[in-house]
Amino acid sequence: MTRKHDITLTINGHDHAITVDARRTLADAIRDQCGQTGTHIGCEHGVCGSCTLLLDGVPVRSCLIFAVQCVGVAIRTVEGLAQGDELHPLQRSFIEHHALQCGFCTPGFLMLAVGILENEPDISDADLRAALSSNLCRCTGYANIVKAVRAAADELRAGP
Amino acid sequence: MKPAAFEYHAARSVEEAVATLAEVAPDQGRILAGGQSLVPTMAFRLATPEHLVDINGIEELGRLAVEDGVLSIGACVRHAAFHRPVTDGGLGAILTFMAGHIGHYPIRQRGTFCGSLAQADPSSEWCLAAVTLDATITAQSTRGRRTIAGADFIQGIMTTALEDDELLVETRIALPAADTRFGFAEFSRRAGDFALAMALVSFRLSGGVMHDARLGIGGAEDHPRRIPQAEAALDGQPPGSQAFEAAAAAVAAALDPMEDAGTSAQYRRELAQCLARRALESAAESAAA
Amino acid sequence: MPRLEDPPLITGRGRFAADINFPHQLHMRVVRSPHAHAEIRSIDTQEALALPGIHGVWTAADIPDIGPVDLRADRAAEVLKPYRQPVLAKGRVRYVGDPVAAVFAEDPYLAEDGAELVAVDYAELPAIVSVDDPLGEFAPGVGTEVAIIPYSYGDTEAAFAAAHAVVELDLLTGRHSGVPMETRGAIGRYDAAKDILELHGAAKVLHRNKETLIRMLGRKPSGLHLYESHVGGGFGIRGEVYPEDVLVLAAAQRFGRPVKWIEDRHEHLMCANQGRQQHHWARMAVDAEGRILAMEDTFHHDQGAYIRTHGVVVPNLTMCLFTGLYRVPAYRARAHVRLTNKTPCATYRAPGRYEASFVRERLMDAAAAKLGMDPIEIRRRNLITKAEMPYTIAFDEPEAKDGEIDSGDYALLLDKTLAHVGWDSLGPELARRRAQGELVGAGIGMFLEEGGLGPSDGARIAVDTEGDVEVITGGASLGQGFETSMAQICAEALGVDYRRIRVIHGQTDRIPYGIGAHAARTTVMTGNAVHATALAVRAKALDVASEILQTPGDELVIADGTVTRRGRATGPSITLGEIAAFLAPASKNRGAHAPGLNAEEFFNTTETVFPYGIHFAVVRIDEETGHVAVERFVVAYDVGRAVNPMLVEGQLVGGCIQGLGGALYEEFAYDPHGQPLAVTFADYLMPTAAEVPDVEVLLTEDAPSPHNPLGIKSAGEGGINGVGAAIAGAIDAAISTPGAVTQLPVSPQRMRELLRDRQA
Repeated sequence: MTRKHDITLTINGHDHAITVDARRTLADAIRDQCGQTGTHIGCEHGVCGSCTLLLDGVPVRSCLIFAVQCVGVAIRTVEGLAQGDELHPLQRSFIEHHALQCGFCTPGFLMLAVGILENEPDISDADLRAALSSNLCRCTGYANIVKAVRAAADELRAGP
Repeated sequence: MKPAAFEYHAARSVEEAVATLAEVAPDQGRILAGGQSLVPTMAFRLATPEHLVDINGIEELGRLAVEDGVLSIGACVRHAAFHRPVTDGGLGAILTFMAGHIGHYPIRQRGTFCGSLAQADPSSEWCLAAVTLDATITAQSTRGRRTIAGADFIQGIMTTALEDDELLVETRIALPAADTRFGFAEFSRRAGDFALAMALVSFRLSGGVMHDARLGIGGAEDHPRRIPQAEAALDGQPPGSQAFEAAAAAVAAALDPMEDAGTSAQYRRELAQCLARRALESAAESAAA
Repeated sequence: MPRLEDPPLITGRGRFAADINFPHQLHMRVVRSPHAHAEIRSIDTQEALALPGIHGVWTAADIPDIGPVDLRADRAAEVLKPYRQPVLAKGRVRYVGDPVAAVFAEDPYLAEDGAELVAVDYAELPAIVSVDDPLGEFAPGVGTEVAIIPYSYGDTEAAFAAAHAVVELDLLTGRHSGVPMETRGAIGRYDAAKDILELHGAAKVLHRNKETLIRMLGRKPSGLHLYESHVGGGFGIRGEVYPEDVLVLAAAQRFGRPVKWIEDRHEHLMCANQGRQQHHWARMAVDAEGRILAMEDTFHHDQGAYIRTHGVVVPNLTMCLFTGLYRVPAYRARAHVRLTNKTPCATYRAPGRYEASFVRERLMDAAAAKLGMDPIEIRRRNLITKAEMPYTIAFDEPEAKDGEIDSGDYALLLDKTLAHVGWDSLGPELARRRAQGELVGAGIGMFLEEGGLGPSDGARIAVDTEGDVEVITGGASLGQGFETSMAQICAEALGVDYRRIRVIHGQTDRIPYGIGAHAARTTVMTGNAVHATALAVRAKALDVASEILQTPGDELVIADGTVTRRGRATGPSITLGEIAAFLAPASKNRGAHAPGLNAEEFFNTTETVFPYGIHFAVVRIDEETGHVAVERFVVAYDVGRAVNPMLVEGQLVGGCIQGLGGALYEEFAYDPHGQPLAVTFADYLMPTAAEVPDVEVLLTEDAPSPHNPLGIKSAGEGGINGVGAAIAGAIDAAISTPGAVTQLPVSPQRMRELLRDRQA
């Protein structure tokens, strides 16, 4: 039996004290031990991007990192995007542009997009599409996702 | 697809990392840096290390600097660090261009340059860069430090000159002469996929002719290498389709490409030839350093 | 108009199978065969059982009372029964991934550790990997050709004898599948307090699956229920009864603890239903003007290792609409349904039709080339006309399902498509680009779809005293916007805002019947049932309102949940909520009125509906790498009537991109020993945002169906059907080599081979 680790994960500003094996992925720890099931698991080998969340402001695949590596790191997931009843501009844009059908890949795309736009608010259309090619969707064919992110990017750039 | 159990060690210094690695290497202890290649293999239980030594917390390994004409890339420098040129001129530009071909945006936020070298996947862009540009790799263990030439570092598929108890701490690439042009071309099925073949070229251009040509092919054989016959076809020639096609043909003749169920050796060979030529054309069009 | 489904999904508060947890649950992990074909000599579970955290390990010997996974379609077909899959392998394994044992543990990580310790001793047997290989033995006395199914009408022999020209093709469609982003999952729970066995994480056809599971597990209908929460895409492959569903239910009962199984992606790519793999030998006879005299097709259908719940539906679907939009005087098809030692196959979006369209449209292109005709003109010449509707396709075989095409104006859709793409100038422009050395070309695929299969569906609608509406259906949601569509239909008929409507689906304990969501039936069947039921509720409401407002019913209108006199919106009124209170069982005012503002109505039909479409593609080929770029793709589709155009377009675009995946990227390849080669997302390649063109959708409503009050046909499968055909035609045109593409997918390497063959 390997050593268990008592760690605290800070997710959307809230601390979660949990005990994990070293091998427990961040995705599993967030979902099963911290009760945040908005982050989804689609492949567990780092290709589909359904598990994308932000670590210290940067989009990463939570199936490829272990929970024990994430102590003292700011973890942001889809559950933290809306402020109370007020949706994040990306969430609103996804709804307006019908950028989700089954919704399984949606949290991953939202966090990917949040990460991209927060780091590169002036990203070009070509670079945006290249960055969005990081994640897989099987329902929408991507067109509405690209439109939704572009619209939200324009809105965020224009400011309040 | 849950990994097998392992003990986790978070190293706070290089000394601690290599000391721990020395202890655990006999039990399949591995270094954990970006994890973007290692963790998927653990998910499939193709890799079952019993110990992981996490070096992400070692600040000095995040060092990326240019000094005395040398670009130094520490073990924890991420692919994303190259999204913007890390140095002026052709080298910085080509490394940025190559970085954009590595996996996808989130992968690049975690995966590391040096980790790619240690992994030695045949279709790694950085392995091709290290070999083609004569990078120097620094390895450290409890037995001390040593440097390994890029051309000698990668020995085969997923096989390097590193000993089990050695940590790759730094890669150094000498800055090129001011008149050096660079070109890179790669082909994969989709954006971000493993390249089926790739070509990295550089040459100095003076007096209207090329010299000091370097032409490396990756993704086609079990490890990347320079093709001296192709380089010979470039040296002393003016840049243009005649020399480029000769060099590309030399690539095709010299290669012994990998073959698998989905990709034939012939296809890889023809692809490498095409990409060599495209990389050369791109170099010719690029601005001087 | 925003979807009702979106709020929980957009905030990460959805409830997919993996999100469902019960106290004290066990986690199941399946031990699977590493061989394509082998005898099981022995299974040793001791080491696994000894691992801390392992609660139990089952093999076939632990479930002697559970039979093989039963058929859903073709249930009566005795000939298919020997080929059903046991829940856990009995004596023999027949594909890599075949379930051999099940491990139950406190945690999924431990379950996987335990599974690795189950030691199975196999004796390998030769594997049948290609559907063209010699037939073999499924079991002693049972061969691997399951059935030979004929479909025919007319005298093809005479037609071919009299033909001006005949084209013959040898074509292959590659193995691929739906691969939704959510893997399969099932949670079994036995509620001892109520004696109800529950399956959570169900999808697609819950009531039919319940019937199957009741039979298999010996439960009463009132003692087993299925629950669907959120579903991450289906595409036909999710929601059939699989061995794992049976295992979690049996285990939950026996262990007295909930049992949760979540498939991983590696398993999914080896075990979830696959499809599309067929080898066709087709030919067509035409006269001097290019008019079709006859079509013939013989094909080997690669069924994989077992017959699953769909029986032989897919080969049947390949044949019954094979002739598409064309008038074909004589037709003869024959399906050889054969087993191979690979993942079992069943329906995947536009099942059998993607394949058939590829073959049929290749025949049309081949005939055009042979006669020196324009590929578009030859199609136009053979289209069934509007004046001929309804058009019957009647087969000689009594078991073959005839088609009575309800309505359609195919020539009009073709005209609209060509106008949309500006074909008059686009065609010459592509030719000019080719003359300048570019490898660019356009291709077209025209197809017929069928949906709305009855015979019956119903719905229950109730309005509460707040005026909120609950619509209870036996439908299912796979992400396509089922709730929103049904709410819209109810809203329009009843006169309320759709946002005040809650649509129930996927709960077998809320309504005892239902058709789920498959075969593009939902909008037609459930939609029309909701419509009829909403009208019934409306009638009840107006009945009461007319009494209370002292106004004849036909002078009353309902808008936003309030009843007023027509033209007097500010006059006397009553809300639906007030009417519901009036009709409450204990209400003093109710009088002779039946209690409750509610109704249950049914929509019955013996007809099916036939939407139709045209796919148009422009491709550009990189001669050196073989990469095929899709410059342009148009999906033209007539749905009769679009309840929600935004949702329909979403379905069409999504389907189109899946179709492109099957045409250019996706393939479940196997090595000569039957080892699957595409079991990771690095090997099974699906399009990303970087690979997709901007799909242009031309949605028309020119041919509503006369068979239902809403006039609707269906949209779920129209985006994918003709993609393979259109891409193949476009590639041929780009390299100026008619008939070049004979196999899908066209990988870059295969494209290079086609270019090389062209030069030769």
